[in-house]
Amino acid sequence: MLAVQVLVNALVLGCLYACIAIGFSLVWGVLNVINLIHGSFIVLGAYLAWGAYQWLGISPWYALVIAAPLFFAFGYLLQRLLLNRVISAPVLVTLTLTFGLDLILNNAMIYYFKADYRKLTLSPPTGSISLFDVVVPVDRLIATASALALTGLLYLLLRRSKVGRAIVAVRLDRDAAVLMGVDVKSIYAIAFGLGAALAGCAGVLMALIFPISTLTSSAYLGKAFVVCVLGGLGSVSGALAGGLLLALVEGIGSTLIGPAHATTLSFVLLIIFLVVRPQGLLGRKGFE
Amino acid sequence: MTRVNLALLILIACVASLPLFGGAYALRVGTIACMYAVFALSWNIVGGFAGYPSFATAAFFGFGAYATGILLNKGVPLSVAVIGSLVMCFLLAAALGTVLLRLRGHYFAIASLSLVEVFREMVNNATDLTGGGMGLNIPLASGSGILADATFFFYAMWALLLIAAVVVMIVSASKLGFGLNCIRQNETASNMVGLNSTLYKSVAFGLSACFVGAAGGIYAAWVHYIDPSDVFDILHSVKPIVMALMGGLGSPLGVVCGAFVYLGLEEVVWRNYIQIHSGVLGLLIIMLLLFLPHGLISLRSGMFWRKAKHV
Repeated sequence: MLAVQVLVNALVLGCLYACIAIGFSLVWGVLNVINLIHGSFIVLGAYLAWGAYQWLGISPWYALVIAAPLFFAFGYLLQRLLLNRVISAPVLVTLTLTFGLDLILNNAMIYYFKADYRKLTLSPPTGSISLFDVVVPVDRLIATASALALTGLLYLLLRRSKVGRAIVAVRLDRDAAVLMGVDVKSIYAIAFGLGAALAGCAGVLMALIFPISTLTSSAYLGKAFVVCVLGGLGSVSGALAGGLLLALVEGIGSTLIGPAHATTLSFVLLIIFLVVRPQGLLGRKGFE
Repeated sequence: MTRVNLALLILIACVASLPLFGGAYALRVGTIACMYAVFALSWNIVGGFAGYPSFATAAFFGFGAYATGILLNKGVPLSVAVIGSLVMCFLLAAALGTVLLRLRGHYFAIASLSLVEVFREMVNNATDLTGGGMGLNIPLASGSGILADATFFFYAMWALLLIAAVVVMIVSASKLGFGLNCIRQNETASNMVGLNSTLYKSVAFGLSACFVGAAGGIYAAWVHYIDPSDVFDILHSVKPIVMALMGGLGSPLGVVCGAFVYLGLEEVVWRNYIQIHSGVLGLLIIMLLLFLPHGLISLRSGMFWRKAKHV
């Protein structure tokens, strides 16, 4: 029965991991920028959910609807005004720039929210359901369902809408997309905005489950790295596969050799994947 | 010896006279200045010469600090412990380099970043050897008074800086430096003409790790207490990059100047804006990247009486 419980836990957590990583993967795949501010966006989203619930009494489900446009606008402007100036510079420059932005955002959050851990506690609590011997908390289940819904929404957007097709085109071949009349600058900004919006929504969902602190931003970022590399860049299904694989490895690893080693295990897996299969589980070669 | 190298040596010699001018504070800042300069010079070997965006500085700094700390606790003399961690760091980094340096661009950056995480978690979990999250206490090296100790560690770090600078000069003038330059410009082409790029990159990665490891060792003996979140701080990886960008990528004189200027700014920011110091640092990074992308060294070429040329 323990095996089934571990499996179910991994499934639940895996969808959330995918939701964390999907925006990061989009930005990396389309803009070719490693967005180090992603972790702080997630924490900011969590604070938004917490603040909305604590001060305004808005339930986290509605906070999701508020967070998405706010973060999209924030990301869009950030890309348009700052990142766009160095977008064609080498890896080092864009990476360091997002690191600088991350320092500022993180510091601002510590300044306003202080460094205390906070927890969003729903009242009344949602409880948990148990089927046979497998127990799953309801709030976690709802968060997972929302994460899946967000993932599906992005998939539909990329598949069906005109903007989505343009984003995919830019990712596949930037120069050809320009020749076809795609406005690459605005696509870059939209992709970055979408990445930020997904990070903010992921943060709202995380607030339901995990304690909120600025210190967790680097842990979220680390998860995003690992999921992206495991699953392969730029594709929605890749992020989902990577998230599930990571959660599974962490779950099995912490059951077998202890939870202290789960992080080490995931990063060792990351390095092995980078060396052996850099295109990820579902990625295609030459796609990076 | 070129004029730039001579200028670098003179600059380092000037730093050595620092104890004549100030008390314990000057010595502390001087020690950190030498440490930062070692970071920047070391990073420059792999990041500036070979063009690989490495974030592994913190990993080897922490590794060196813990290796020295554990050796000192076992009763090994300081000099042997530091040299031991230098050699260990070189071998470890060269071995890891053969695997990690197959990756390019973003992938290498992420792999080197995760190296820091792996090392930190390993040290965190090896409680009986490293003390885990409780940190590691390191016995006092000598009981000869605070100022004498501070002077000793300042000169130890300074000597390390001198050695690192000389090695970097030798490397940049040698076949190795030429090969790394080729790898930065076009790795596939340099492979084609028969350059053993794996070997070159591994040696470069080892060289860039060993002085950082030794600096970690001296740091550990100097502060007497280390813990994983302190020595494996990701900022130790990012600071050398900022210094190198500030001073000018690839130029040893530039990165050392960058390190000193960076430390000066850091001290001013720490002193005046303690609550928002990391935010100010971030702002500084962004300004630097947007307005001075080629570093301070790009300011030199007579731009005051001639129109500056783009590099």
